[in-house]
Amino acid sequence: MAEAMLEVTDLHKHFTLHGDLVSRLAGKTQTLKAVDGISFRIESGETLGLVGESGCGKSTTGRLITRLVEPSSGDIRLKGEDVLQFEGKKLLESRKAMQLVFQDPYSSLNPRKTIMQILERPLEIHNLAENWTTKRERVLELLNLVGLGREHVDRYPHEFSGGQRQRIAIARALAVDPEFIIGDEPVSALDVSVQAQILNLFRELQEKFSLTYLFIAHDLSVVRHISDRVAVMYVGKIVELGPASEIFANPQHPYTSALMAAVPEADPKKPAPRLTLQGELATPIDPPPGCRLNGRCPKATPECGEITPPLLEQAPGHFVACHNI
Amino acid sequence: MSDVILDVEDLTVSFHLKRGVLTAVNGNSFQVQRGETFGLVGESGSGKSVTARAIMRLIRTPPGQTSGRISFDGDSLFDLTEKEMQDIRGRKIAMVFQEPMSALNPVFTVGSMIDDVLRTNLGMTKGEARERTIELLRMVGIPSPESRVNSYVHEFSGGMRQRVMLAMALSCDPTFLIADEPTTALDVTIQATILELISSMIERFNMSLLFITHNLGVVAHACDKIGVMYASHLVELGDKEEIFEKPQHPYTVGLLNSIPRMDVTEKWLTPIDGYVCNMLEPPAGCKFNPRCPHAMDICREQIPEWKEIAPGHFSACHLHSMS
Repeated sequence: MAEAMLEVTDLHKHFTLHGDLVSRLAGKTQTLKAVDGISFRIESGETLGLVGESGCGKSTTGRLITRLVEPSSGDIRLKGEDVLQFEGKKLLESRKAMQLVFQDPYSSLNPRKTIMQILERPLEIHNLAENWTTKRERVLELLNLVGLGREHVDRYPHEFSGGQRQRIAIARALAVDPEFIIGDEPVSALDVSVQAQILNLFRELQEKFSLTYLFIAHDLSVVRHISDRVAVMYVGKIVELGPASEIFANPQHPYTSALMAAVPEADPKKPAPRLTLQGELATPIDPPPGCRLNGRCPKATPECGEITPPLLEQAPGHFVACHNI
Repeated sequence: MSDVILDVEDLTVSFHLKRGVLTAVNGNSFQVQRGETFGLVGESGSGKSVTARAIMRLIRTPPGQTSGRISFDGDSLFDLTEKEMQDIRGRKIAMVFQEPMSALNPVFTVGSMIDDVLRTNLGMTKGEARERTIELLRMVGIPSPESRVNSYVHEFSGGMRQRVMLAMALSCDPTFLIADEPTTALDVTIQATILELISSMIERFNMSLLFITHNLGVVAHACDKIGVMYASHLVELGDKEEIFEKPQHPYTVGLLNSIPRMDVTEKWLTPIDGYVCNMLEPPAGCKFNPRCPHAMDICREQIPEWKEIAPGHFSACHLHSMS
């Protein structure tokens, strides 16, 4: 098999919660298992969509890969190199290959810097421009790539709309010529008419620079649209992973099907959204053994409360973690 | 009794700010029939929430300035005294907001807040109010309401908070409910349960609903009739089926085309070009003209007329006068 762009193996991130003074004195702590043993790989040039509800650990996963948060255990390999071993200069260099685009373009851009200053910063950090002229040229080129122009270069972020700001954030990520971009809900804060523009931009850039994407989102139709393969997360675990077309046409895990049935589609003839699960989202704090969906799942059997189902290949490339399929 | 419960006529709301005059709602008219669910859709800043606040007379003047006419169940709302309006709020028209965490008071238990509403509006005693509160919480699906009544807002999850809001809104048995983005802050699975709850409550109490949202998927299932707003103007209005199957205004068409769909796998989406105009300096003529693929000279000069293009289907676009 060819070398993957990214390979994540058995990645964990557990946060220790100390609670109030009484429980601290009693030496009682709780563990929040934000990411609890996930594995996946992303091939070069493809888009993996990571979907799940708030608190399922999808954003933490993005931050672990870029080492903005240090994992508790596990293995992350970027083009075969062990990301967790990177230190100092090497870590800095790895960030040239791997960039992040965040959800909220209002808080991810410094309001006191002009667009020029925002975009030249990565060039300076990574020594990518020899002098002022090449720097300015490169910034203009970046703006052009994301559909903005020369006239925008000396303005401040507040002078732009949400969609334009997200274009600037994308330009900043592109500045270092990365191969791999992690988008953490990059279109969730945008209105639909603009969201479509930005999704098209992601596609366009991918074709132009053969980029690899990890696209984190909660909106299933957005994920369906942009991804080649999809991973569905529920409370720290990947419950289903496979080609987007497969997963959406033929969801295997009860959680995936529930998620899809709950989406209101913009077509009155489609069935009304409904919830096929009982109760509310399980908590990642000291989760009980067994399947995380146990207790909400219509298919649950006694086994589900005891043994955590492993993620197994049910069809070529289609993995499901469920005892009852 | 007439069939129209809410009649909004030529509603205009503008705000006089230091930087200029911002017209948030611009001469819009629509009606909601008794028992109907009316969805008001539009993107951020289009004026949907301001419309709702104007109906409740919650626009602070100054800087706000409201004109037009709103009649609700025979009363002309702008002619009422503040005292009379107070009787309508909560008792006849109730409202559910997007962010229950900021709409509910964090320092009171949810029980005491709902008790308060019942005691002020319906003159109940402490005991009666508590009994009714527990009943309301049970009705909106809060498990073990007898103990949860003493919990604070932060002890509830997002979906449960929205249920509490709904219980409070329904406490005085209103005839009209305004829901302003009630599911926007929620995950889809929770959204599905809240939508289901709202529609069952509407049916049970025989209420009319004004549902404000930016999500076309939600209106497709929660509403009978839809009004589409763009940059302060109502641009299209009609039955749900008409709007989704035969959209007439270029903005509505563009909006429907922009949505990625779960069952269609086209490589490229068809977005609307450009961005929403700056509401302090809106373009002349039709506000949509800078983004419209069909824009003509007249669009840059005159605001298009609000026309009935099919029975019950209204739209404001110069294209309709061409053909």
